[in-house]
Amino acid sequence: MIGTNRYIGSPVERIEDFRFLRGRGEFVGDLRREGMLHAAILRSPIAHGRIRNLDAAAARAIPGVRTVITAAEIDVVPKIPLRLLPLPGTERFLQPVIAADRVRYVGEPIAVVLADSAALAEDGVGAIALDIEELRPVSDRRASGKNEILLFEEAGTNRAMTFTALSGDADTAFREAEYTRRERFSVQRHTALPMESRGVLAEWDAVQGRMTVLGAAKVPFFNRDTLAAMLGLALTNVELIENDVGGGFGARGEFYPEDFLIPFAARHVSRPVRWIEDRREHLTAMNHAREADCEVEIACRRDGTIIGLRGEIFVDLGAYIRTNGLIQPRTLAQFFSGPYRVPNVHITSTALLTNKTPSGTYRAPGRYEASFFCERLIELAAGDLGIDNAEMRLRNLIGAAEMPYKLPRLEPGGPAVDTECDSGDYGEALERCLAEFGWEEKRALQGRLIDGRYHGLAVACFIEGAGAGPKETARLELESDGSVAVYVGSAAVGQGLETVMSQIAADTLDIQLDQVRVLHGSTPYLNEGYGAFASRSTVLGGSAVFEAAKLLLEQIRAAAAARFGGSTEEIELVDGRARNISDGRSLSFAELASERLKVDTAFANNNKLTYTYGSAAAHVAVDPGTGHVELLDFLVVEDVGRIVNPLTLHGQAIGGVVQGLGGAFMENLVYDAAGQLLTGTLADYLIPTATDFPTIRAIALENHPSPSNPLGVKGAGEGPIIPVGGLMANAVASALASFGAMPNQLPLSPARVWLMGSVNKSSD
Amino acid sequence: MQVRFQLNGKPVAIDVEPRMHLADCLRDELRQTGTHLGCEHGVCGACTVIVDGAAVRSCLMLAVQVEGSRVVTVEGLSTDDALTPLQTAFRKHHALQCGFCTPGMLTTAHALLTEEPDADAARVRSVLSGTLCRCTGYIPIVEAVLEARAAYRKTDKP
Repeated sequence: MIGTNRYIGSPVERIEDFRFLRGRGEFVGDLRREGMLHAAILRSPIAHGRIRNLDAAAARAIPGVRTVITAAEIDVVPKIPLRLLPLPGTERFLQPVIAADRVRYVGEPIAVVLADSAALAEDGVGAIALDIEELRPVSDRRASGKNEILLFEEAGTNRAMTFTALSGDADTAFREAEYTRRERFSVQRHTALPMESRGVLAEWDAVQGRMTVLGAAKVPFFNRDTLAAMLGLALTNVELIENDVGGGFGARGEFYPEDFLIPFAARHVSRPVRWIEDRREHLTAMNHAREADCEVEIACRRDGTIIGLRGEIFVDLGAYIRTNGLIQPRTLAQFFSGPYRVPNVHITSTALLTNKTPSGTYRAPGRYEASFFCERLIELAAGDLGIDNAEMRLRNLIGAAEMPYKLPRLEPGGPAVDTECDSGDYGEALERCLAEFGWEEKRALQGRLIDGRYHGLAVACFIEGAGAGPKETARLELESDGSVAVYVGSAAVGQGLETVMSQIAADTLDIQLDQVRVLHGSTPYLNEGYGAFASRSTVLGGSAVFEAAKLLLEQIRAAAAARFGGSTEEIELVDGRARNISDGRSLSFAELASERLKVDTAFANNNKLTYTYGSAAAHVAVDPGTGHVELLDFLVVEDVGRIVNPLTLHGQAIGGVVQGLGGAFMENLVYDAAGQLLTGTLADYLIPTATDFPTIRAIALENHPSPSNPLGVKGAGEGPIIPVGGLMANAVASALASFGAMPNQLPLSPARVWLMGSVNKSSD
Repeated sequence: MQVRFQLNGKPVAIDVEPRMHLADCLRDELRQTGTHLGCEHGVCGACTVIVDGAAVRSCLMLAVQVEGSRVVTVEGLSTDDALTPLQTAFRKHHALQCGFCTPGMLTTAHALLTEEPDADAARVRSVLSGTLCRCTGYIPIVEAVLEARAAYRKTDKP
């Protein structure tokens, strides 16, 4: 119980909505400054090559084009550091902010044109004469692994990193197992695709020597530190400002080349410079994600008890390791076994460089892919052993009595990446899911042909390790009108941060929601902050706000006691007033504001992740004539520990599932052998639309709070997307079981499903 | 070239380059930044505005083409102090998260319900399928539009 619990747990309609619904949001592309120039970026049209010549004379000659910046103007070209997992050896594969002589993917920045308008800047880009000597590209991870063509000759290898996840003794388990099965699976390259492309507006104050960058997102404090180091400026002379952000999903807000190039350009010309990414460059410039394949095996007892998992996973990382590029291969290995009790694990995950756009995190990085691999294996094992697929999962879920349950250890990694499932009853969520879904009644439809379509059902379970540390910061200030300003180091990426933080602050302080003003993300507010990744904002930012609010209440109590000339025990704080119990005198918070009360605090979680968990079930109908899969029903049940706002939580669940369905059925970044992206527009790169998946249900539980934070909340932005790939593949496999369908590759495109849906068609 | 049109009920006259599309004109020249650009190739629908009653992608229309037309953007849907029933329904159903596609969803739905206040769920889904949202999964948007139909039925059409 926190304060009145007036807001926490209630479907509070969002504060943010008023501005967005009236067209008054303020996204970076909406901003402009006096004297501002517009930037456009010349990007490599070649996947792998050496720049022989770059002649910008014709561009510079265009009236309205002010200057062209290349590596020559930058002199010492900085490389972008890793924000997460900066392990030894990774420094060999970092991305320079601009290509000086070598290009390694289509879309790599080569020159920045500054002009009076965006259109003129683009004219300038088109006028640059670029001569690139083409090198043979490394077009996929298999070619990469041969090391015949190297992206970095000095490194001597294209292998960026290998992680190994280990538990027990896998080799012995497999040697002694009553049943084993080995399979290959793959997930295609796709991407987060926020609806707002990226943008940067940089202002250089030459007199003060200060740089201000607007358009920051996700991790403004890390990016401030990175930019300050690159520009040779003190931290106090660089500010990153977060505006409204049109979706992040892990990809937006990391430090990209443009996050250096545009501030550099602004300083270079001493004028404000704005760059807004267009959708075509977005598809080659922003992080890609998910591309992985594996050969893995499962070992079981005859009764279906899983005793081991082992195998090799390969990630096509693209041309460089970007800020968070190693999270996906790490997570693929460590979270392969997901919510299941697997005593013996030996999984390697190797990240290989190719001449493609670098990849990074996208909502549930590695987990979505690992769940697809693992759920397929379990499904196949259940079929071979003659065990009901729900029963097979129930039998192997980590039990409530086993909490906390250690996940496999990771090499390289060490204690900082050791993690354990924190709390919960995984079987409870599965049984609730089966009951709400009507599994017993619907399972009779398994594989049935009805009106020309084959029906299939599947169930899957997941855990969402979230709330990554180390900490988050908050400052609360009592303002002159008695309202409270809440500054938090968390960042807003469209998830409703202002509303959720307001609910927590208002309840803790026992004041009205509109007496709280939340300020977030921008570096001027706080000395340090950690931002929005790993579904951490409510867990860490929310806990920091809660702790700060409790401290502020103590200050208010002390200030009131001093005014009344009594002790703090006599002060009661209710509904924005401090009341002296003994004589009934009271002061409003506004009357105490002259005391300038304020609290700075941080909440640290000692690297203990929270584990939201759940189960999902789906029912599909497959048309063997067209390969179309209709999703007839989808239900996800998750336990998030404690619900702050059921409205926004439900939105995260449904939105995540639909993104997962995009990855399962349609989204695909296709490259040709020359390393050219073939899906460079939204007419080629398909994401779900309003007609695709109309029936999705989500139920949230709060039966098992997190033990690692005072609110009991668990990170809840990435759970329901996790099982979607495996669930869809298993549902299609069940539907087309009579054809022996083996949907082991995503996406489940109509062509692939059509091929699987007939004995006469050749298999893919 | 000079172009004259009505924007949200007020006359405007402005000089534009012939190659400037309507979205850039609205956003950069007239500073009506509620209309968003998500792809500039006519797929995502974020830039949808209403031209003479029809929902139009302002990235696929040149500014000079709206000469003499009535243009309504998201800023023109509501008065200063209140949300419209459509906007209220969006808020109630949590039909927006990041808010970037929202202007296109609102203008598209407004144009639809003005013409077809009895549109059924399938029709609403079909019309909204031309506007991409990456956050919500569309289900709450459809629910919001269906709920807002009642308000459009009451309105007397001119």
